Amino acid sequence: MTELLRLEGVRKSFGREEVLRGIDLAVDEHEVVCLIGASGSGKSTLLRCVNLLEPLDSGRILLASEETTRPGVDVNRVRRRVGIVFQAFNLFPHMSVLRNVTLGPTEALGLPRAEAEARADELLRRFGLAEKRDEYPDRLSGGQQQRVAIVRALAMRPDLLLLDEVTSALDPELVGEVLALIRELAQGGMTMLIATHEMSFARETADRVCFLDDGLILEEGPPETIFSAPQEPRTRQFLQRIVEAGRL
Amino acid sequence: MAAVAVAVATSPGWPEVRRAFFAGERFRDSLPDIAAAFLLNVRIFLIAEAVILVTALLVAVLRSLSGPVFFPLRALAVGYADLFRGVPTILVIYLLGFGVPALDISGLPRSPLVWGVVALVLVYTAYVSEVYRAGIESVHPSQEAAARSLGLTRFQALRHVVLPQAVRRVVPPLLNDFIGLQKDTALVALIGPVEAFRQSQIEVAATFNFTPYLVTALLFILLTIPMARLTDWLVVRDRRRQLAGRAA
Repeated sequence: MTELLRLEGVRKSFGREEVLRGIDLAVDEHEVVCLIGASGSGKSTLLRCVNLLEPLDSGRILLASEETTRPGVDVNRVRRRVGIVFQAFNLFPHMSVLRNVTLGPTEALGLPRAEAEARADELLRRFGLAEKRDEYPDRLSGGQQQRVAIVRALAMRPDLLLLDEVTSALDPELVGEVLALIRELAQGGMTMLIATHEMSFARETADRVCFLDDGLILEEGPPETIFSAPQEPRTRQFLQRIVEAGRL
Repeated sequence: MAAVAVAVATSPGWPEVRRAFFAGERFRDSLPDIAAAFLLNVRIFLIAEAVILVTALLVAVLRSLSGPVFFPLRALAVGYADLFRGVPTILVIYLLGFGVPALDISGLPRSPLVWGVVALVLVYTAYVSEVYRAGIESVHPSQEAAARSLGLTRFQALRHVVLPQAVRRVVPPLLNDFIGLQKDTALVALIGPVEAFRQSQIEVAATFNFTPYLVTALLFILLTIPMARLTDWLVVRDRRRQLAGRAA
């Protein structure tokens, strides 16, 4: 197994509040790692740090053995290799679906328009969005918008895909189509780091699950272990609440 | 309204005022010359508007740059906007229109008309840049984050994602400022050029009848009304679109 991503002692504060308090994590190529934990435990911040949308206070991040958090690194080059999908989709409302998907490839990668469109069309077709290519985002359902957002990230052909609670803003009946897409990506060997509240999805899709609590990875392991025999009392407590809420 | 009309029509001086301001014959006689001079107002307005649209956007973008590196540029933009919104337009026109030609610098145009237009551009750029800035700030930061996460540079994110949305939102207030600019083209008359207002002064001086002022006022109204209706229409259309977007 080749290691693709490594975080060493990552710390991040917003004002006085320390959101990440020393995160160590390694993700191998083709591995799917799910981050679980309560809201505010630092999952989203962790992903935003990996994408360099937030600067670190200390620690370092390596992508394919290359340190991305070194000063002077071309952040745009790093981001072209690391896709991120947000909870609120963040599609560009003034652009058609097609343009949303081709913007990165034409502007950041310098691909000719025709080539970028061919790439986009292929992805849209593959994920059942072909007939939406000329629509604007506000004409799509939440599930469709999020699938477009994932396609937009995939069009960059990233080495690593970060998914930040991508189903949290969706109506319950629309969650399935997005999770199905992510499952398909996992089967295709895409390396993913996924922050999620969907425990049964994490259980069946993840190679490894990390439980974040108060800015630290408190416990990690294969999903069977984490969900069936958690070691830490905090993990047990968290899962207990999820079960009581009927979400597992 | 009716009360005001009655009060005016029954006032002791009304017959005199009616002769001085509402002489049908003077109206017909002065209209052609004033209308011809009015074309100069239209030209001033069109040239100034085209320049302002670009310069104001530039100032607004400078002002929206974040980070300590850009502090001098930001400060410059703020100082500029403060200065030219603070000084009365008429003073700027006088200072530039009489001052710059008097400097006798070879290569600089001496025409007061040119400097009158420059003064209008300077003043209205300050106002319009604030309108643009409001638009830029109304675009949610997550839009820029989404663009940057694709590997787009700051400039590319601004150009493709932030500005198109910002400009669309501020079209109505932008047009409102241009209605003000249309009227203020008359101020250029005070440093010499014979535009509609100056022409009407000439006519009044020749006959001691004030009707030409009324002609000029009507011409300005005829120019601004279509602009005002266009603005209203755009506001209504935007509101309808937003409602439609929410319903979808």
